[in-house]
Amino acid sequence: MSAATQETAIRTGRIARTFIYVVLLVFALFYLLPFFVMLVNSVKPLSEITEGNMMALPKELTFAPWASAWSTAQIGVEPTGLRPYFLNSLFMVVPAVLICTALGALNGYVLTKWRFRGDTLLFGLMLFSCFIPFQIVLIPMARMLGIMGLAGSTAGLVLVHVVYGIGFSTLYFRNYYSAFPTELVRAAMIDGAGFFQIFWRIMVPVSGPITVVCVIWLFTNIWNDFLFGASFASGSKAPMTVALNNLVQSSTGVKEYNVHFAGAILAALPTLLVYIVAGRYFVRGLMAGSVKG
Amino acid sequence: MGFLDISNVTKSYGNTEVLHHVDISVEEGEFLVLVGPSGCGKSTLLNMIAGLESITSGDVSIKGRVVNGVHPSKRNIAMVFQSYALYPNMTVGQNMTFGLEMHGVPKPERDKALADVAALLQITPLLDRKPGQLSGGQRQRVAMGRALVRNPDVFLFDEPLSNLDAKLRVDMRTEIKKLHEKLKTTIVYVTHDQIEAMTLSTRIAVMYNGYVQQLGTPKEIYDTPTNLFVAGFMGSPSMNLLPVEVAMIDGAPHAVTTDADGAPLHLRLHQQNLSEWAGRKIILGIRPEAITDPEGADRASSCIIPMTNRVSVTEPAGSDTFATMTLAGQDSIARMRADASVGPGEMFEFAINMEKAVAFDPETERRIVP
Ligand SMILES: Nc1ncnc2c1ncn2[C@@H]1O[C@H](COP(=O)(O)OP(=O)(O)O)[C@@H](O)[C@H]1O
Ligand SMILES: [Mg+2]
Repeated sequence: MSAATQETAIRTGRIARTFIYVVLLVFALFYLLPFFVMLVNSVKPLSEITEGNMMALPKELTFAPWASAWSTAQIGVEPTGLRPYFLNSLFMVVPAVLICTALGALNGYVLTKWRFRGDTLLFGLMLFSCFIPFQIVLIPMARMLGIMGLAGSTAGLVLVHVVYGIGFSTLYFRNYYSAFPTELVRAAMIDGAGFFQIFWRIMVPVSGPITVVCVIWLFTNIWNDFLFGASFASGSKAPMTVALNNLVQSSTGVKEYNVHFAGAILAALPTLLVYIVAGRYFVRGLMAGSVKG
Repeated sequence: MGFLDISNVTKSYGNTEVLHHVDISVEEGEFLVLVGPSGCGKSTLLNMIAGLESITSGDVSIKGRVVNGVHPSKRNIAMVFQSYALYPNMTVGQNMTFGLEMHGVPKPERDKALADVAALLQITPLLDRKPGQLSGGQRQRVAMGRALVRNPDVFLFDEPLSNLDAKLRVDMRTEIKKLHEKLKTTIVYVTHDQIEAMTLSTRIAVMYNGYVQQLGTPKEIYDTPTNLFVAGFMGSPSMNLLPVEVAMIDGAPHAVTTDADGAPLHLRLHQQNLSEWAGRKIILGIRPEAITDPEGADRASSCIIPMTNRVSVTEPAGSDTFATMTLAGQDSIARMRADASVGPGEMFEFAINMEKAVAFDPETERRIVP
């Protein structure tokens, strides 16, 4: 009798699982559809797109739209392609992510292992900074950047993103480090390690998973940011997102949809790359914080 | 003036005082065990010696130097933690020499110290492994090795064996004892396990509620507990504490009580000064091993008295058989030889060694000193 029950249990399990997989597959395809459209149309001549069928595969394969988007397309008034702006974004995102992650790790370390009076309040305030809408700070921030002489520069953008990202990076590292045994820090203190030695020799080596999470999160957000980029660094210092917008808006003559699609993919490529390279650590890192290792 | 002096030390968190006026002086080479139930302040006291907790008032001095406010790494102490606290990213070897490295000891010297200690603890084959690849017992050894390498003045242990399984715990206990006898180091050791305290220590401080209840050798603590808490906490099974009345019979003080069937029972008291308590109540403390079968009674004792009582439960434990009976209206335990022929429900003639019995004042809960 128990064998029979078990068999039905397995069978219903199989049906349910098939159903789940089918649903998931449909969702996956649905999400992939826009990317498919972008990819297909970025390698078609413009004439094929204007004929009207966006879903069709290219009859004639061409990479000219990619080349154009990268180096010759009209961005605003200059025919530079997206290349210089891609570099702008890179020079913005790399320092911002590095500084923000480093400061977040240091904050997390202090907030969990060097508790002081008012530390919870301070952490609460930093958390609060995560929820301040971007729009509210635009004007004060513009004024601050002006005073500091950083208006319209990549350095200014780096500063803005560091200020905004530090709440998140601190949150990540604080939660991760709070599961890290305090006895280890005490042992290191008795062993004679100082504040930075403990951080560098004991904490940092075990911070891999959460660093990955933090880097992916910051990289994606900073790379994709439009508002700060458009507000604080227009013109030749604009980041990729702003340039992409300018590319699409530059309405001299016909809309080169294939070039636009190629440009959009170029703009999305770095975040895609970060996910592919580090994505599997992302989930692992998110888990590591919640389950005590 | 001892090697390690804790003088009039208190600890408060905010307005709550968790340690009250602790005075302990430890001689060089002593093995002091702080024992007590969870939350009584043992770890707090140990951490104050280590410098991991601030001292609210009083002084801690090591080798005659007051170390209040001195950084933990400058007190020349080493500590073994309950969780072992091994650095997960370093090999066993790096774990053990990290402290020396931080103290600026040159590499050749570090390697020499490491090799010596690893050989002593028989962990040489493990030196290149990470802590994650070690068993509980091996981690424990490495944690001790890390402390030994430093060659400190005082070793501090905070419940080092409580994460091990029962068998390994007994083995490691013996090993720690051997190590102490060999190296003659000064050790302060925290545990909640009274058997560990009895077997390891040269002296025990029994703590409860933030007070040191009694400080003495294991024998003093066991035979002459200063109050009811110490009497009940130390020893397993714990001491039988019987509420009895004192009466003079034939000019000698007796404890008057009842047996399992409610019949009156008179137990001759050994302490002559208890005659002052005639007509009053006391708490009579008798350890299980002082109530035995007649053949198992201590021949050296001058005061063995017989007592017939009904046995309710017997528990053969291999080396001994424990018999539970009702005495003075409460369950009491007798410890018999393994092959004593006694069964539940039977009347049995016990022999009580009254020389070992202790009396407590029910009001103050303190021992009545003979
Ligand atoms: N940081 C703290 N703040 C407030 N009370 C504490 C703190 N640390 C310990 N205590 C209290 O001090 C007492 C002693 O703790 P502890 O020394 O850890 O006990 P034990 O090691 O004997 O189990 C406990 O009652 C505990 O609640
Ligand atoms: Mg403790």
